[in-house]
Amino acid sequence: MTDFYQSQRAMRAMRQAALQRGVIAVLDVGSTKVSCLILKFDGLAYRDEADGVGPLAGQSGFRVIGSATTRSRGIGFGEIYSMQEAERAIRTALQSAQKLANMRVDHVIACFSGGRPRSYGLVGDVRVDEQIVSENDIARVLSACDVPEYGEGREVLHAQPVNFALDHRSGLLDPRGQIGEHLSTDVHMVTVEEKVILDLAYCVKRCDLELAGVASSSYAAGISSLVEDEQELGAACIDIGGGATGVSIFLRKHMIYCDSVRLGGDHVTRDISMGLQVPETTAERIKTRSGGLFATGMDDRDMIEVGGDTGDWERDRRTVSRTELIGIMRPRVEEILEEVRAHLDAAGFDHLPSQQIVLTGGSSQIPGLDGLASRILGQQVRLGRPLRIHRLPQAYSGPSSASLVGLSLFAAHPQDEWWDFESPVERYPTRSLKRAVRWFKENW
Amino acid sequence: MFEIGARKNIPNDPAPSRWSYKLLRLMLSPFLRRLVFYGVPVFLLMVVTAINLYDENRRDQLRAFYDEIYLSVVERPEFMVNLMSITGASDEVMQDIREVVSVDFPISSFSLDLDHMQKEISGLDPVKHAELRISSGGVLEVKVIERIPAYLWRREAGLEVLDETGAYVKNVGSRLDYPRLPLIAGEGADLQILQVEKLLKAAQPLENRLRGLVFVGERRWDVVLDRGQVLMLPEEGAASALERIIVMDDAEELLARNIRVVDFRIRNRPTLHLKEGAMEELKEIKLMQLRPSE
Repeated sequence: MTDFYQSQRAMRAMRQAALQRGVIAVLDVGSTKVSCLILKFDGLAYRDEADGVGPLAGQSGFRVIGSATTRSRGIGFGEIYSMQEAERAIRTALQSAQKLANMRVDHVIACFSGGRPRSYGLVGDVRVDEQIVSENDIARVLSACDVPEYGEGREVLHAQPVNFALDHRSGLLDPRGQIGEHLSTDVHMVTVEEKVILDLAYCVKRCDLELAGVASSSYAAGISSLVEDEQELGAACIDIGGGATGVSIFLRKHMIYCDSVRLGGDHVTRDISMGLQVPETTAERIKTRSGGLFATGMDDRDMIEVGGDTGDWERDRRTVSRTELIGIMRPRVEEILEEVRAHLDAAGFDHLPSQQIVLTGGSSQIPGLDGLASRILGQQVRLGRPLRIHRLPQAYSGPSSASLVGLSLFAAHPQDEWWDFESPVERYPTRSLKRAVRWFKENW
Repeated sequence: MFEIGARKNIPNDPAPSRWSYKLLRLMLSPFLRRLVFYGVPVFLLMVVTAINLYDENRRDQLRAFYDEIYLSVVERPEFMVNLMSITGASDEVMQDIREVVSVDFPISSFSLDLDHMQKEISGLDPVKHAELRISSGGVLEVKVIERIPAYLWRREAGLEVLDETGAYVKNVGSRLDYPRLPLIAGEGADLQILQVEKLLKAAQPLENRLRGLVFVGERRWDVVLDRGQVLMLPEEGAASALERIIVMDDAEELLARNIRVVDFRIRNRPTLHLKEGAMEELKEIKLMQLRPSE
């Protein structure tokens, strides 16, 4: 834990350095594509308020100066399984983006959907030292949270204080300076498998770059796809990607639950490939061109050329009706959504004041997905696209770039995390010195 | 169909090699970029120039080449000045101007320094103001306003002509060259020329008898009339003193009498100097008046 605390603090320092320099790259390591945006922060000076609750304002003035997407290799379920291949994919994306930006970047913020994220809610409780809540009290209450056993080989990815309560007042965003006795906090912690982060860090390092931050891609997708009132009132963002489907629940502008289902669009493609006996590239093409989820009478007559290059005429001229294709796709999509439903139920999504569900990610573009999702997940379903950010290329405005855009926003407005606060143990010597000085002042 | 163990050749999978990636990043580093795109070309350019200019012959060639281009522009007929026309000057002054502006026509207008020439011409004594311009057709026009002679000033060196501001115009041999000009004398008189003007105005009634004005001791004026009469005026209020004398003359015919000097240097104590023998004459007249008529 302390080890990771240190490395997270190091990453945070690096992120600040990058923001001061003004250029940072965000990298979405997905199972279908690896995409990269290069952001330039300019105009607004970075307010060097090192530690504090509340959004680090003043860094929002950024624009996209370079972008690149490449087919991903060596990555499945949002995890790296072949280091060399993944490194090549990351290198390709970064090189073209740097070429486009005509600028060299040294810091990367990356996100991934794999690693089996698990959410924990922590509660901390502490007595306030001097009536007025100081920064040190916040650090103390954060460190007073009882961390559950999250298992060997797992690491904390996010640990965000989502709520502060002072005596009987709950729902405080920033209790500093307020007067009270009992300070308690709720922290949302996400852990992932350590190996996944280490692999990613290693790949990035092999590309001569520094990893300046990591985020869960379901979190990033939620930031960019949910509009403000949805984030405030409670909503779930379902980021249906290629290899994994991210689920994140937001309430009161904080993520309160994060999970990932290891199913995605690739499985649909594989089903089509197996069902129609075609290569996966053909299956992917058929899926994107003619895929659907609701069959109508018209679809019986809509014949799709399957194609092939075996030389056997009978085999190469096969056609299937669109109904058949839908018959293959629909059970798999239903399975994905059922799985998501199970996770949402487990998270207690029913108890939220508003139960908006936003579908995003590349596979959310399947026609009719919103209709199917509203049957399985609930009535309030909409398809989401990422927010527009300044100078974002048109190609990145679709739902498949939700987590990339979210990561850009995350880079510009980082959520305060646990490690953004000094650990109170470190500060003890200076505090005792202060006490000594005060004692002298009072008694002399 | 792929051979077992053969690498799958995927055409749509371009990935840069590690080295090309590193090279790109190196070239994108700001210092090296600037060095390559600005530093090296500038350096090469400088080296090439230096090597070329190292040779004396080549430098001369370059200079000659430059001169040729310069001359080909400068000596175009549009820029040539062929003659000088002087207006507003007398023959004498014109001669002087031609001497001062010794230019061999035709000449390019680029090599004429009009400001300098204007200063030279204005520096001539008889010239009050000069205007130079090059008009179309290659004519250097010189417009001169001469100083108008206003006073004759007799000095030890000779007779000088001054204009109305007291500026020197020229020397003349004889007074008869300018018979109508008033005569003044005395060192420093040219600096007090405004006073002269006032005095002359005041002395209008005595015009027929006026011979000239003398500046005495560089502080006060004497008015000299014919028959050797002198009116000595004070330093302050000379003109009003002169007017007073004239009034006295009107009333008493002062100046028609046998008087040599009317001394008005001290206002409250005017003094008369009689001419030599005048006193005796007066006595005789008195005696004759006293003698009973016979």
